[in-house]
Amino acid sequence: MIKKFFESLIEKAIFISGITAIAIVVLIFIFLLKESVYFFLNNNLAEILFGMDWYPISEPPKFGFLPLILGSVLVTVGAIVIAVPVGLAAAIYISEVAPGWFKEILKTGIELLAAIPSIVLGFVGIVVLAPFIRNLFNLPSGLTAFAGSIMLAFMAMPTIVSIIEDAINSVPKSYREGSLALGATHLQTIRRVILPAASSGIMAAVMLGIGRVIGETMAVLMVTGNAAIMPTSILQPVRTLTATIAAEMGEVIQGSMHYYALFGIGFVLFVITFFINLAADMFLHRKKS
Amino acid sequence: MVNKITIENLKAVYEGVLALNGVNLDIRQNEILGIIGPSRSGKTTLLKVLNRMIDFVPRSRVEGKILFDNLNIYTDIRLLALRRKIGMVYALPLPLPMSIFDNVAYGPRLHGTKSKSVLSDIVEKCLKASYLWDEVKDRLDSQAFQLSGGQQQRLCISRTLAVEPEVILYDEPCSGLDPISTAKVEDAMRELKEKYTQVLVTNNTKQAARVSDRTAFFLMGELVEVDNTKKIFTGPSDERTNDYITGKFG
Repeated sequence: MIKKFFESLIEKAIFISGITAIAIVVLIFIFLLKESVYFFLNNNLAEILFGMDWYPISEPPKFGFLPLILGSVLVTVGAIVIAVPVGLAAAIYISEVAPGWFKEILKTGIELLAAIPSIVLGFVGIVVLAPFIRNLFNLPSGLTAFAGSIMLAFMAMPTIVSIIEDAINSVPKSYREGSLALGATHLQTIRRVILPAASSGIMAAVMLGIGRVIGETMAVLMVTGNAAIMPTSILQPVRTLTATIAAEMGEVIQGSMHYYALFGIGFVLFVITFFINLAADMFLHRKKS
Repeated sequence: MVNKITIENLKAVYEGVLALNGVNLDIRQNEILGIIGPSRSGKTTLLKVLNRMIDFVPRSRVEGKILFDNLNIYTDIRLLALRRKIGMVYALPLPLPMSIFDNVAYGPRLHGTKSKSVLSDIVEKCLKASYLWDEVKDRLDSQAFQLSGGQQQRLCISRTLAVEPEVILYDEPCSGLDPISTAKVEDAMRELKEKYTQVLVTNNTKQAARVSDRTAFFLMGELVEVDNTKKIFTGPSDERTNDYITGKFG
Protein backbone atom coordinates (compact mmCIF):
# COMPACT_ATOMS: atom_id res chain seq x y z
CA MET A 1 0.00 0.00 0.00
CA ILE A 2 2.72 2.41 1.04
CA LYS A 3 4.82 1.12 -1.81
CA LYS A 4 2.05 1.92 -4.24
CA PHE A 5 1.73 5.41 -2.81
CA PHE A 6 5.44 6.06 -3.28
CA GLU A 7 5.32 4.68 -6.80
CA SER A 8 2.60 7.13 -7.79
CA LEU A 9 4.36 9.97 -5.98
CA ILE A 10 7.57 9.36 -7.90
CA GLU A 11 5.65 8.98 -11.13
CA LYS A 12 4.00 12.35 -10.58
CA ALA A 13 7.28 14.02 -9.65
CA ILE A 14 8.89 12.79 -12.87
CA PHE A 15 5.86 13.90 -14.85
CA ILE A 16 6.04 17.39 -13.36
CA SER A 17 9.77 17.69 -14.09
CA GLY A 18 9.18 16.63 -17.66
CA ILE A 19 6.26 18.94 -18.24
CA THR A 20 8.10 21.88 -16.63
CA ALA A 21 10.70 21.99 -19.39
CA ILE A 22 8.01 22.17 -22.05
CA ALA A 23 5.97 24.66 -20.04
CA ILE A 24 8.96 26.97 -19.73
CA VAL A 25 9.55 26.94 -23.47
CA VAL A 26 5.90 27.72 -24.11
CA LEU A 27 5.93 30.52 -21.53
CA ILE A 28 9.04 32.09 -23.05
CA PHE A 29 7.43 31.89 -26.45
CA ILE A 30 4.24 33.55 -25.18
CA PHE A 31 6.25 36.25 -23.44
CA LEU A 32 8.26 36.98 -26.59
CA LEU A 33 5.12 37.05 -28.66
CA LYS A 34 3.32 39.30 -26.21
CA GLU A 35 6.15 41.81 -26.10
CA SER A 36 6.80 41.82 -29.83
CA VAL A 37 3.26 41.68 -31.20
CA TYR A 38 2.74 45.37 -30.39
CA PHE A 39 5.78 46.20 -32.49
CA PHE A 40 4.77 44.05 -35.44
CA LEU A 41 1.20 45.44 -35.42
CA ASN A 42 2.28 49.08 -35.32
CA ASN A 43 4.86 48.87 -38.09
CA ASN A 44 4.74 47.77 -41.70
CA LEU A 45 5.92 44.17 -41.70
CA ALA A 46 7.57 44.49 -45.13
CA GLU A 47 9.45 47.57 -43.95
CA ILE A 48 10.69 45.72 -40.90
CA LEU A 49 11.85 42.58 -42.63
CA PHE A 50 13.21 44.20 -45.78
CA GLY A 51 14.10 47.70 -44.53
CA MET A 52 17.78 48.37 -45.03
CA ASP A 53 18.24 50.88 -42.23
CA TRP A 54 18.42 50.24 -38.52
CA TYR A 55 18.21 53.69 -36.91
CA PRO A 56 16.11 53.03 -33.83
CA ILE A 57 16.69 56.43 -32.19
CA SER A 58 16.51 58.76 -35.17
CA GLU A 59 13.37 60.83 -35.82
CA PRO A 60 11.37 59.13 -37.21
CA PRO A 61 13.03 55.86 -36.17
CA LYS A 62 13.75 53.23 -38.78
CA PHE A 63 13.48 49.60 -37.75
CA GLY A 64 14.83 47.70 -40.77
CA PHE A 65 15.89 44.18 -39.67
CA LEU A 66 17.58 43.32 -42.95
CA PRO A 67 21.14 44.47 -42.12
CA LEU A 68 20.97 42.57 -38.83
CA ILE A 69 19.55 39.44 -40.41
CA LEU A 70 22.16 39.57 -43.16
CA GLY A 71 24.85 40.21 -40.56
CA SER A 72 23.80 37.07 -38.71
CA VAL A 73 23.52 35.07 -41.92
CA LEU A 74 26.94 36.22 -43.16
CA VAL A 75 28.73 35.42 -39.92
CA THR A 76 26.92 32.09 -39.61
CA VAL A 77 27.59 30.98 -43.17
CA GLY A 78 31.25 31.96 -42.76
CA ALA A 79 31.51 30.03 -39.50
CA ILE A 80 29.85 26.93 -40.97
CA VAL A 81 32.02 27.02 -44.10
CA ILE A 82 35.04 26.92 -41.80
CA ALA A 83 33.74 24.63 -39.07
CA VAL A 84 32.10 21.87 -41.12
CA PRO A 85 35.05 20.74 -43.25
CA VAL A 86 37.46 21.02 -40.32
CA GLY A 87 35.00 19.35 -37.93
CA LEU A 88 34.24 16.57 -40.40
CA ALA A 89 37.91 15.88 -40.96
CA ALA A 90 38.55 15.92 -37.21
CA ALA A 91 35.68 13.53 -36.56
CA ILE A 92 36.88 11.13 -39.26
CA TYR A 93 40.39 11.27 -37.87
CA ILE A 94 39.22 10.65 -34.30
CA SER A 95 36.86 7.80 -35.07
CA GLU A 96 38.66 6.08 -37.93
CA VAL A 97 42.36 6.84 -37.94
CA ALA A 98 43.70 7.90 -34.53
CA PRO A 99 45.15 5.18 -32.28
CA GLY A 100 43.19 4.44 -29.09
CA TRP A 101 45.16 6.46 -26.57
CA PHE A 102 45.41 9.53 -28.82
CA LYS A 103 41.69 9.32 -29.56
CA GLU A 104 40.88 9.93 -25.88
CA ILE A 105 43.23 12.91 -25.70
CA LEU A 106 41.68 14.46 -28.80
CA LYS A 107 38.13 13.90 -27.60
CA THR A 108 38.88 15.48 -24.24
CA GLY A 109 40.59 18.38 -25.96
CA ILE A 110 37.62 19.07 -28.18
CA GLU A 111 35.24 18.84 -25.24
CA LEU A 112 37.42 21.34 -23.40
CA LEU A 113 37.03 23.71 -26.33
CA ALA A 114 33.31 23.70 -25.58
CA ALA A 115 34.06 24.61 -21.98
CA ILE A 116 35.85 27.88 -22.79
CA PRO A 117 33.49 30.75 -21.92
CA SER A 118 32.54 32.67 -25.05
CA ILE A 119 33.70 35.95 -23.52
CA VAL A 120 37.21 34.51 -23.23
CA LEU A 121 37.14 33.48 -26.88
CA GLY A 122 35.92 36.98 -27.74
CA PHE A 123 38.79 38.45 -25.76
CA VAL A 124 41.30 36.34 -27.68
CA GLY A 125 39.53 37.43 -30.85
CA ILE A 126 40.00 41.12 -30.09
CA VAL A 127 43.59 40.85 -28.92
CA VAL A 128 44.99 38.27 -31.35
CA LEU A 129 42.68 37.60 -34.26
CA ALA A 130 41.51 41.11 -35.17
CA PRO A 131 45.02 42.64 -35.52
CA PHE A 132 46.06 39.58 -37.53
CA ILE A 133 43.15 40.01 -39.96
CA ARG A 134 43.76 43.75 -40.18
CA ASN A 135 47.38 43.20 -41.22
CA LEU A 136 46.63 40.25 -43.46
CA PHE A 137 44.05 42.04 -45.61
CA ASN A 138 45.35 45.55 -45.00
CA LEU A 139 42.07 46.77 -43.50
CA PRO A 140 41.31 49.83 -41.36
CA SER A 141 40.00 47.49 -38.66
CA GLY A 142 40.20 43.75 -38.11
CA LEU A 143 36.86 43.68 -36.31
CA THR A 144 34.89 42.16 -39.18
CA ALA A 145 32.33 39.51 -40.05
CA PHE A 146 35.29 37.30 -40.95
CA ALA A 147 36.72 37.56 -37.44
CA GLY A 148 33.29 36.66 -36.06
CA SER A 149 33.08 33.68 -38.40
CA ILE A 150 36.40 32.30 -37.23
CA MET A 151 35.55 32.76 -33.54
CA LEU A 152 32.16 31.13 -34.01
CA ALA A 153 33.68 28.30 -36.02
CA PHE A 154 35.69 27.45 -32.90
CA MET A 155 32.55 27.54 -30.83
CA ALA A 156 30.55 25.32 -33.17
CA MET A 157 33.36 22.84 -33.66
CA PRO A 158 32.88 20.77 -30.47
CA THR A 159 29.17 20.26 -31.25
CA ILE A 160 29.89 19.36 -34.86
CA VAL A 161 32.78 17.03 -34.11
CA SER A 162 31.08 15.09 -31.35
CA ILE A 163 27.82 14.60 -33.24
CA ILE A 164 29.56 13.53 -36.45
CA GLU A 165 31.80 11.23 -34.45
CA ASP A 166 28.74 9.64 -32.85
CA ALA A 167 27.18 9.24 -36.29
CA ILE A 168 30.30 7.56 -37.67
CA ASN A 169 30.61 5.28 -34.66
CA SER A 170 27.02 4.19 -35.00
CA VAL A 171 27.62 2.96 -38.55
CA PRO A 172 27.50 -0.83 -38.10
CA LYS A 173 30.90 -2.49 -38.03
CA SER A 174 29.56 -4.91 -40.60
CA TYR A 175 29.49 -2.26 -43.35
CA ARG A 176 33.14 -1.61 -42.78
CA GLU A 177 34.02 -5.31 -42.87
CA GLY A 178 31.84 -5.96 -45.91
CA SER A 179 33.60 -3.22 -47.80
CA LEU A 180 37.12 -4.10 -46.67
CA ALA A 181 36.58 -7.79 -47.44
CA LEU A 182 35.92 -6.81 -51.05
CA GLY A 183 39.39 -5.35 -51.26
CA ALA A 184 38.48 -1.72 -50.60
CA THR A 185 41.09 0.51 -48.99
CA HIS A 186 40.36 2.24 -45.70
CA LEU A 187 39.86 5.57 -47.46
CA GLN A 188 37.53 4.09 -50.08
CA THR A 189 35.51 2.52 -47.29
CA ILE A 190 35.21 5.81 -45.43
CA ARG A 191 34.21 7.75 -48.52
CA ARG A 192 31.86 5.30 -50.19
CA VAL A 193 30.24 3.51 -47.27
CA ILE A 194 30.77 5.13 -43.90
CA LEU A 195 30.14 8.78 -44.79
CA PRO A 196 26.99 8.04 -46.85
CA ALA A 197 25.70 5.84 -44.04
CA ALA A 198 26.38 8.60 -41.50
CA SER A 199 25.03 11.37 -43.73
CA SER A 200 21.89 12.11 -41.72
CA GLY A 201 23.95 12.45 -38.55
CA ILE A 202 26.34 14.74 -40.38
CA MET A 203 23.46 16.91 -41.58
CA ALA A 204 22.10 17.06 -38.03
CA ALA A 205 25.54 18.11 -36.80
CA VAL A 206 25.63 20.91 -39.35
CA MET A 207 22.16 22.08 -38.33
CA LEU A 208 22.95 22.05 -34.62
CA GLY A 209 26.22 23.83 -35.38
CA ILE A 210 24.25 26.54 -37.18
CA GLY A 211 21.86 26.73 -34.25
CA ARG A 212 24.76 27.15 -31.86
CA VAL A 213 26.39 29.84 -34.01
CA ILE A 214 23.33 31.92 -34.79
CA GLY A 215 22.38 32.21 -31.12
CA GLU A 216 25.86 33.12 -29.91
CA THR A 217 26.14 36.68 -28.62
CA MET A 218 29.09 37.77 -26.54
CA ALA A 219 32.01 36.79 -28.75
CA VAL A 220 30.33 38.13 -31.89
CA LEU A 221 29.47 41.38 -30.19
CA MET A 222 33.14 41.81 -29.34
CA VAL A 223 34.78 40.89 -32.63
CA THR A 224 32.42 41.78 -35.47
CA GLY A 225 32.83 45.54 -35.19
CA ASN A 226 29.24 46.16 -34.19
CA ALA A 227 28.11 48.30 -37.15
CA ALA A 228 24.47 47.88 -38.12
CA ILE A 229 24.93 48.50 -41.82
CA MET A 230 24.10 46.46 -44.89
CA PRO A 231 27.05 44.07 -45.30
CA THR A 232 28.64 43.92 -48.74
CA SER A 233 31.74 41.90 -47.91
CA ILE A 234 32.87 39.46 -45.26
CA LEU A 235 35.78 41.81 -44.50
CA GLN A 236 33.40 44.47 -43.23
CA PRO A 237 32.13 45.22 -39.74
CA VAL A 238 28.61 43.86 -39.23
CA ARG A 239 26.20 43.40 -36.40
CA THR A 240 24.14 40.31 -35.76
CA LEU A 241 20.60 39.99 -34.40
CA THR A 242 21.88 38.77 -31.05
CA ALA A 243 24.52 41.47 -30.69
CA THR A 244 21.90 44.16 -31.36
CA ILE A 245 19.73 42.99 -28.48
CA ALA A 246 22.70 42.68 -26.14
CA ALA A 247 24.12 46.08 -27.06
CA GLU A 248 20.90 48.08 -26.96
CA MET A 249 18.75 46.46 -24.31
CA GLY A 250 20.65 48.17 -21.51
CA GLU A 251 19.97 51.71 -22.63
CA VAL A 252 16.54 51.47 -24.20
CA ILE A 253 13.58 53.29 -22.67
CA GLN A 254 11.23 50.67 -21.35
CA GLY A 255 7.89 50.71 -23.16
CA SER A 256 9.19 52.64 -26.17
CA MET A 257 8.86 51.37 -29.72
CA HIS A 258 12.60 50.67 -29.71
CA TYR A 259 12.12 48.43 -26.67
CA TYR A 260 9.45 46.43 -28.46
CA ALA A 261 11.58 46.32 -31.63
CA LEU A 262 14.28 44.49 -29.69
CA PHE A 263 11.71 41.91 -28.65
CA GLY A 264 10.75 41.74 -32.31
CA ILE A 265 14.35 40.83 -33.09
CA GLY A 266 14.25 38.22 -30.36
CA PHE A 267 11.13 36.77 -31.91
CA VAL A 268 12.72 36.55 -35.37
CA LEU A 269 15.75 34.87 -33.81
CA PHE A 270 13.52 32.41 -31.98
CA VAL A 271 11.73 31.49 -35.18
CA ILE A 272 15.01 30.96 -37.04
CA THR A 273 16.56 28.74 -34.37
CA PHE A 274 13.30 26.86 -33.94
CA PHE A 275 13.27 25.86 -37.59
CA ILE A 276 16.96 24.96 -37.57
CA ASN A 277 16.49 22.70 -34.57
CA LEU A 278 13.41 21.22 -36.18
CA ALA A 279 15.44 20.43 -39.31
CA ALA A 280 18.20 18.86 -37.20
CA ASP A 281 15.61 16.76 -35.38
CA MET A 282 14.16 15.58 -38.65
CA PHE A 283 17.58 14.49 -39.90
CA LEU A 284 18.31 12.63 -36.67
CA HIS A 285 14.89 11.05 -36.75
CA ARG A 286 15.31 9.90 -40.33
CA LYS A 287 18.47 8.15 -39.24
CA LYS A 288 16.62 6.12 -36.65
CA SER A 289 13.73 5.00 -38.80
CA MET B 1 43.68 -32.43 -57.44
CA VAL B 2 45.57 -29.17 -57.28
CA ASN B 3 45.92 -27.48 -53.92
CA LYS B 4 44.50 -23.96 -53.98
CA ILE B 5 45.47 -23.11 -50.44
CA THR B 6 48.04 -24.85 -48.28
CA ILE B 7 48.09 -24.19 -44.56
CA GLU B 8 51.18 -25.30 -42.66
CA ASN B 9 51.48 -25.31 -38.91
CA LEU B 10 49.16 -22.33 -38.46
CA LYS B 11 48.95 -20.75 -35.03
CA ALA B 12 46.65 -17.79 -34.56
CA VAL B 13 45.89 -15.63 -31.54
CA TYR B 14 42.48 -13.92 -31.76
CA GLU B 15 41.85 -11.06 -29.32
CA GLY B 16 44.48 -12.43 -26.97
CA VAL B 17 43.15 -16.01 -27.07
CA LEU B 18 44.98 -18.84 -28.81
CA ALA B 19 42.32 -19.80 -31.35
CA LEU B 20 44.26 -22.05 -33.72
CA ASN B 21 47.11 -24.25 -32.57
CA GLY B 22 49.19 -25.94 -35.24
CA VAL B 23 46.74 -26.50 -38.07
CA ASN B 24 47.82 -28.24 -41.28
CA LEU B 25 45.19 -28.25 -44.00
CA ASP B 26 45.00 -28.28 -47.78
CA ILE B 27 42.13 -26.72 -49.66
CA ARG B 28 41.78 -28.16 -53.13
CA GLN B 29 40.84 -26.35 -56.30
CA ASN B 30 37.09 -26.30 -57.06
CA GLU B 31 36.04 -28.21 -53.98
CA ILE B 32 33.60 -27.21 -51.29
CA LEU B 33 35.39 -27.78 -48.01
CA GLY B 34 33.00 -27.89 -45.07
CA ILE B 35 34.40 -26.90 -41.70
CA ILE B 36 32.45 -28.03 -38.67
CA GLY B 37 33.09 -27.88 -34.96
CA PRO B 38 31.62 -26.43 -31.78
CA SER B 39 31.88 -22.73 -31.03
CA ARG B 40 35.33 -21.46 -30.07
CA SER B 41 36.95 -24.23 -32.09
CA GLY B 42 38.71 -21.70 -34.31
CA LYS B 43 36.61 -22.03 -37.47
CA THR B 44 35.90 -18.34 -37.96
CA THR B 45 39.45 -17.41 -37.02
CA LEU B 46 40.68 -19.66 -39.82
CA LEU B 47 38.55 -17.80 -42.36
CA LYS B 48 39.68 -14.43 -41.03
CA VAL B 49 43.29 -15.51 -41.37
CA LEU B 50 42.79 -16.67 -44.95
CA ASN B 51 41.74 -13.27 -46.28
CA ARG B 52 43.66 -11.42 -43.59
CA MET B 53 40.63 -9.72 -42.07
CA ILE B 54 42.32 -10.74 -38.81
CA ASP B 55 44.68 -7.81 -39.43
CA PHE B 56 41.91 -5.54 -38.11
CA VAL B 57 41.33 -7.56 -34.95
CA PRO B 58 43.14 -6.09 -31.96
CA ARG B 59 45.57 -8.28 -29.98
CA SER B 60 45.90 -10.83 -32.73
CA ARG B 61 48.89 -12.68 -34.10
CA VAL B 62 49.41 -15.21 -36.86
CA GLU B 63 52.27 -17.71 -37.13
CA GLY B 64 52.91 -20.42 -39.67
CA LYS B 65 52.74 -20.53 -43.41
CA ILE B 66 49.74 -20.08 -45.68
CA LEU B 67 50.24 -20.51 -49.39
CA PHE B 68 47.67 -19.37 -51.92
CA ASP B 69 48.55 -20.66 -55.40
CA ASN B 70 51.99 -21.33 -53.89
CA LEU B 71 52.36 -17.68 -52.84
CA ASN B 72 52.70 -16.77 -49.17
CA ILE B 73 49.69 -14.58 -48.32
CA TYR B 74 51.68 -12.45 -45.89
CA THR B 75 54.75 -11.80 -48.01
CA ASP B 76 54.13 -12.52 -51.68
CA ILE B 77 50.70 -11.00 -52.35
CA ARG B 78 49.47 -7.47 -51.87
CA LEU B 79 46.78 -7.27 -49.20
CA LEU B 80 44.09 -5.71 -51.39
CA ALA B 81 44.73 -8.17 -54.22
CA LEU B 82 44.43 -11.03 -51.73
CA ARG B 83 41.08 -9.80 -50.47
CA ARG B 84 39.82 -9.59 -54.03
CA LYS B 85 40.88 -13.13 -54.79
CA ILE B 86 39.59 -14.57 -51.53
CA GLY B 87 36.07 -13.27 -50.98
CA MET B 88 34.06 -13.62 -47.77
CA VAL B 89 30.36 -14.06 -47.08
CA TYR B 90 29.39 -13.38 -43.49
CA ALA B 91 27.00 -15.02 -41.06
CA LEU B 92 24.47 -12.21 -41.15
CA PRO B 93 23.63 -10.86 -44.56
CA LEU B 94 25.40 -7.52 -44.76
CA PRO B 95 24.10 -5.52 -47.66
CA LEU B 96 25.68 -2.09 -47.83
CA PRO B 97 23.23 0.80 -47.39
CA MET B 98 22.63 1.34 -51.10
CA SER B 99 20.59 -0.08 -53.97
CA ILE B 100 20.75 -3.70 -55.15
CA PHE B 101 22.61 -2.64 -58.27
CA ASP B 102 25.12 -0.51 -56.34
CA ASN B 103 25.78 -3.33 -53.88
CA VAL B 104 26.93 -5.64 -56.63
CA ALA B 105 28.68 -2.87 -58.55
CA TYR B 106 30.49 -1.67 -55.41
CA GLY B 107 33.51 -3.94 -55.79
CA PRO B 108 34.07 -3.43 -59.53
CA ARG B 109 33.71 0.32 -59.05
CA LEU B 110 36.34 0.26 -56.31
CA HIS B 111 38.71 -1.41 -58.67
CA GLY B 112 38.16 1.16 -61.38
CA THR B 113 35.31 -0.02 -63.60
CA LYS B 114 33.26 3.03 -64.58
CA SER B 115 31.38 2.11 -67.75
CA LYS B 116 27.68 1.73 -67.03
CA SER B 117 27.20 -1.01 -69.60
CA VAL B 118 30.11 -3.08 -68.28
CA LEU B 119 28.77 -2.69 -64.75
CA SER B 120 25.28 -3.74 -65.87
CA ASP B 121 26.72 -6.87 -67.43
CA ILE B 122 28.66 -7.73 -64.29
CA VAL B 123 25.62 -7.14 -62.09
CA GLU B 124 23.41 -9.32 -64.25
CA LYS B 125 25.98 -12.10 -64.48
CA CYS B 126 26.66 -12.15 -60.73
CA LEU B 127 23.00 -12.00 -59.75
CA LYS B 128 22.29 -14.90 -62.07
CA ALA B 129 25.16 -16.88 -60.59
CA SER B 130 23.65 -16.58 -57.12
CA TYR B 131 20.11 -17.39 -58.36
CA LEU B 132 18.83 -13.96 -57.43
CA TRP B 133 18.38 -12.37 -60.84
CA ASP B 134 14.82 -13.50 -61.53
CA GLU B 135 13.64 -12.22 -58.16
CA VAL B 136 15.15 -8.74 -58.41
CA LYS B 137 15.66 -7.92 -62.08
CA ASP B 138 12.72 -5.49 -62.10
CA ARG B 139 13.80 -3.57 -59.03
CA LEU B 140 17.57 -3.21 -59.15
CA ASP B 141 17.26 0.38 -57.96
CA SER B 142 15.43 -0.39 -54.73
CA GLN B 143 17.32 -0.50 -51.45
CA ALA B 144 19.03 -3.77 -50.60
CA PHE B 145 17.41 -3.71 -47.14
CA GLN B 146 14.03 -4.33 -48.68
CA LEU B 147 15.04 -7.84 -49.70
CA SER B 148 14.31 -10.85 -47.50
CA GLY B 149 17.13 -12.35 -45.43
CA GLY B 150 17.79 -15.14 -47.91
CA GLN B 151 17.78 -12.73 -50.82
CA GLN B 152 20.17 -10.44 -48.95
CA GLN B 153 22.55 -13.32 -48.38
CA ARG B 154 22.48 -14.26 -52.05
CA LEU B 155 23.03 -10.57 -52.85
CA CYS B 156 26.15 -10.70 -50.67
CA ILE B 157 27.34 -13.73 -52.61
CA SER B 158 26.77 -11.81 -55.86
CA ARG B 159 28.68 -8.89 -54.45
CA THR B 160 31.59 -11.15 -53.59
CA LEU B 161 31.48 -12.73 -57.06
CA ALA B 162 31.56 -9.32 -58.72
CA VAL B 163 35.22 -8.78 -57.85
CA GLU B 164 36.04 -12.09 -59.57
CA PRO B 165 37.48 -14.01 -56.66
CA GLU B 166 39.00 -17.46 -56.91
CA VAL B 167 38.07 -18.60 -53.44
CA ILE B 168 34.87 -17.83 -51.51
CA LEU B 169 34.77 -18.19 -47.74
CA TYR B 170 31.39 -18.59 -46.07
CA ASP B 171 31.09 -17.93 -42.35
CA GLU B 172 27.89 -19.68 -41.30
CA PRO B 173 26.05 -18.18 -44.26
CA CYS B 174 22.67 -19.70 -43.42
CA SER B 175 22.56 -19.26 -39.65
CA GLY B 176 19.85 -16.62 -39.91
CA LEU B 177 17.87 -18.12 -42.77
CA ASP B 178 14.77 -20.27 -43.06
CA PRO B 179 15.05 -23.74 -44.67
CA ILE B 180 13.81 -22.62 -48.09
CA SER B 181 16.25 -19.72 -48.29
CA THR B 182 18.99 -22.03 -47.02
CA ALA B 183 18.24 -24.48 -49.82
CA LYS B 184 18.54 -21.70 -52.37
CA VAL B 185 21.88 -20.55 -50.99
CA GLU B 186 23.10 -24.16 -51.04
CA ASP B 187 21.96 -24.54 -54.66
CA ALA B 188 23.96 -21.43 -55.52
CA MET B 189 27.05 -22.93 -53.86
CA ARG B 190 26.78 -26.18 -55.81
CA GLU B 191 26.39 -24.22 -59.01
CA LEU B 192 29.45 -22.11 -58.23
CA LYS B 193 31.66 -25.18 -57.79
CA GLU B 194 32.62 -25.22 -61.42
CA LYS B 195 34.44 -21.94 -61.19
CA TYR B 196 35.31 -21.35 -57.57
CA THR B 197 36.96 -22.97 -54.59
CA GLN B 198 34.67 -22.65 -51.59
CA VAL B 199 35.15 -22.98 -47.86
CA LEU B 200 31.99 -23.34 -45.79
CA VAL B 201 32.14 -22.85 -42.04
CA THR B 202 28.93 -24.01 -40.49
CA ASN B 203 27.43 -24.91 -37.14
CA ASN B 204 24.89 -26.98 -38.98
CA THR B 205 26.59 -30.34 -39.50
CA LYS B 206 23.78 -31.47 -41.79
CA GLN B 207 24.53 -28.59 -44.10
CA ALA B 208 28.15 -29.69 -44.37
CA ALA B 209 26.92 -33.19 -45.13
CA ARG B 210 24.63 -31.86 -47.87
CA VAL B 211 26.94 -29.56 -49.80
CA SER B 212 30.61 -30.16 -49.03
CA ASP B 213 32.94 -32.52 -50.85
CA ARG B 214 35.31 -32.87 -47.93
CA THR B 215 34.68 -31.97 -44.33
CA ALA B 216 37.12 -30.86 -41.66
CA PHE B 217 36.34 -31.17 -37.97
CA PHE B 218 37.87 -28.61 -35.64
CA LEU B 219 37.98 -28.81 -31.87
CA MET B 220 39.63 -26.36 -29.46
CA GLY B 221 41.81 -24.78 -32.12
CA GLU B 222 43.00 -28.09 -33.56
CA LEU B 223 42.10 -29.89 -36.73
CA VAL B 224 40.90 -33.28 -35.54
CA GLU B 225 40.46 -34.77 -38.97
CA VAL B 226 39.65 -33.94 -42.56
CA ASP B 227 38.31 -36.45 -45.04
CA ASN B 228 35.68 -37.04 -47.70
CA THR B 229 32.34 -35.88 -46.40
CA LYS B 230 30.83 -39.32 -46.76
CA LYS B 231 33.61 -40.86 -44.69
CA ILE B 232 33.35 -38.23 -41.96
CA PHE B 233 29.63 -38.75 -41.59
CA THR B 234 29.57 -42.51 -41.88
CA GLY B 235 32.78 -43.74 -40.35
CA PRO B 236 35.10 -41.06 -38.97
CA SER B 237 38.54 -42.18 -37.83
CA ASP B 238 38.47 -40.17 -34.64
CA GLU B 239 36.19 -40.86 -31.70
CA ARG B 240 35.68 -37.12 -31.06
CA THR B 241 34.39 -36.52 -34.58
CA ASN B 242 31.92 -39.31 -34.14
CA ASP B 243 30.76 -37.90 -30.83
CA TYR B 244 30.27 -34.44 -32.35
CA ILE B 245 28.33 -35.48 -35.44
CA THR B 246 26.12 -37.83 -33.48
CA GLY B 247 25.34 -35.01 -31.08
CA LYS B 248 27.04 -36.24 -27.92
CA PHE B 249 28.38 -32.71 -27.42
CA GLY B 250 28.08 -29.49 -29.33
